[in-house]
Amino acid sequence: MSKNMMSKSKTSVSRRGFLRNAVKGSAAAAAAACTTVVAAPPEANALQRPPKPLPPEAVGLLYDSTLCIGCKACVTACKEVNHMPPDVGPAQQGWNAGGGDKPIYDSPVELSARTLNVIKAYSHGTGATKDAAENGFAFIKRQCLHCADPSCVSVCPVSAMTKDARTGIVNHDPSACIGCRYCVLSCPFGVPKYDYNDAFGEIKKCQLCKQQLAKNELPGCADVCPTGATLFGRTEDLKAEAKRRTALKVGEHAHYPRGDIAGKVGGPRDGHEKLVEAAYQPHIYGEKELGGTQCLAVSAVPFDKLNLPTNVPEKGYPTLSEGIQHTLYAGMIAPATVFAGLAYLAHRNTKNHTDE
Amino acid sequence: MSSQAHEHQPLGGRVLTLPFLICAALVAIAGVILFQRYTQGLGAASNLNDGYPWGIWVAIDVVIGSAFGCAGYVIALLCYILNRGEYHPLVRPAVLASLFGYGLAGLAVLVDLGRYWNFYHMMLPWYAQPNSVMLEVGLCVATYTLVLVVEFAPAFLERFGIEGLRAKLNRVLWVFIALGVLLPTMHQSSLGTMMVIVGHKLSPLWQSQMLPVFFLLTAILMGFAIVVWESVMASLNFRRPMETPVLSKLAGLMLVVASLFVVLRFVDLIVRGQIGQIFGGPQSGWFVVEMVLMISGLALLIPKANRNRSRALFLSASLLLAAGILYRLNVYLIGFTPAVGPWHYFPSVKEIMVTVGVFALEIALYLLFVKKLPVMHAVHPEHG
Repeated sequence: MSKNMMSKSKTSVSRRGFLRNAVKGSAAAAAAACTTVVAAPPEANALQRPPKPLPPEAVGLLYDSTLCIGCKACVTACKEVNHMPPDVGPAQQGWNAGGGDKPIYDSPVELSARTLNVIKAYSHGTGATKDAAENGFAFIKRQCLHCADPSCVSVCPVSAMTKDARTGIVNHDPSACIGCRYCVLSCPFGVPKYDYNDAFGEIKKCQLCKQQLAKNELPGCADVCPTGATLFGRTEDLKAEAKRRTALKVGEHAHYPRGDIAGKVGGPRDGHEKLVEAAYQPHIYGEKELGGTQCLAVSAVPFDKLNLPTNVPEKGYPTLSEGIQHTLYAGMIAPATVFAGLAYLAHRNTKNHTDE
Repeated sequence: MSSQAHEHQPLGGRVLTLPFLICAALVAIAGVILFQRYTQGLGAASNLNDGYPWGIWVAIDVVIGSAFGCAGYVIALLCYILNRGEYHPLVRPAVLASLFGYGLAGLAVLVDLGRYWNFYHMMLPWYAQPNSVMLEVGLCVATYTLVLVVEFAPAFLERFGIEGLRAKLNRVLWVFIALGVLLPTMHQSSLGTMMVIVGHKLSPLWQSQMLPVFFLLTAILMGFAIVVWESVMASLNFRRPMETPVLSKLAGLMLVVASLFVVLRFVDLIVRGQIGQIFGGPQSGWFVVEMVLMISGLALLIPKANRNRSRALFLSASLLLAAGILYRLNVYLIGFTPAVGPWHYFPSVKEIMVTVGVFALEIALYLLFVKKLPVMHAVHPEHG
């Protein structure tokens, strides 16, 4: 250590004392802040921002697993309407290679950058009875749920993922996207997907066939569904319909609409009568999950068996992460104050360092 | 007063040494793999998938790599904000290490970005999405890299005798020093906030609203540890006297920060009611390893005599560094389970070689710079 530094440190004893106290003070303040964060119960967390409500004209789909017959017409229609290429699941590659790169059948097993909508099956034991958790089977439709408070929109740094202020449809704009895949990582339902086998890969997800809706036509999946298992409509109407269904008893005859629940989009269609053969779960998936979603599901089999996350809070995760961020960076006041303090100290202290 | 021209000296010596050539070869291998990545997509070089869209290129190259880059942050904080002149000899090597740490973290982002040609959208206000924690991290890291260039500029200007500009820069350097402390405080804590939104997908052993605090603490801790580590390595490899007196003071600070981290970690687990997860919860083994590394690293520093032994210092710094690395890896990869499974991820050989290449480039450039530029503190004969 050089001599000038030693002498410098002697002259700055009182300032050192001041700084030491300042550091101790800020450490105490930081500790107090930490305690507040840790000690607060999750429901009364001071850092949490309020959840976002559904947009006024929120639209979505109601999927009724008890009506689904697993025909996958919705998967095919989705591909046609959205011009998506065929996809071959890993287990199908052996027999479905086709000639060259082209598979014979479209055989997706999971959502991917080539598949925005897929029907998956649950089976247990003998798999004999439809809609039974024991020795039975059931179907589930996987696609974007269009959250009221979407994580993908919250995380996107370049506004490529946006939520329509009126319809609430979660849109993706590839021309803005930087391909960071934070939306893929953050989605609590595992929906947005990226194409890893393309040098210029894109993020893909269901956008509720907004191009069809613009023409007053139904989303592909709801348009072709023969049983009304996929029903389009205003989310509020769908929620009321879901409540009606979950209240139905086994043995009752019930009326099930098809296409658009209001009969407007895509023109009026006949519904059908059906005997309720399996008891509905009282749970409407998407009513409360993570702040609610615009697409809902009802089923006779518990949703965790259908591989949907059920151990999730009733407020979206953005309420937590944005809460932290907005508390720390509200109006950039805290960073500006810290900067002013740092600049003051740095200015004063570098003057003493003649050599830098 | 010693003449300022001799304060720092280039180490000199041959550039094309064996370590440098090995690093260069590793960089070349990474280059070949990256050619594949850019012509055939991310999948051709990596095991990244929709369950694990972020792999080691994010978790190691960016999240851990930028923590390695916190050397400049902590030393500037001590030296210029807390006015501890005794750390002055460590400033330039620390700032240089930070410059490469951050610069190459930025480069690694371009390797990982699926639509890299749009990366500049991060800087354009009309694309900005102010709720995005990543936007804040991106802007802070980009700005901080520029700040580091300015902070390191005196070494360049000194080397090439541009004294006029150097004097001008010295008059405004305090602005950059202040920014150089503010920005890492912001983005290092935000690296923790980034994982809050994944919610239930991150094991309760790590998922907490305290993530920003833990990331800031590990950034500071790893910053100290890398300074000690780098100093001991430089002394051994370049046959310079050990900087033990200064390092022993740093060791005291490491002890404080590491202890605070451990205490807060346990308080956080207890308050969240997740302490039972330590015993047999999923991935609990990784938590135990993380804590054993951290606690053994700090325990080594408790006897004051150890803080004056370069061996103990080096071992402790290595353990704490490993603990910080594992903590960040746990949060970003090991403790993470995708929403709708089953998905698997283990980095491919090619992926690992790219990460190795990034770090090899960092080492090669560091070796080149300390030999050719006045980075290291000059060793005077009276130091013995």
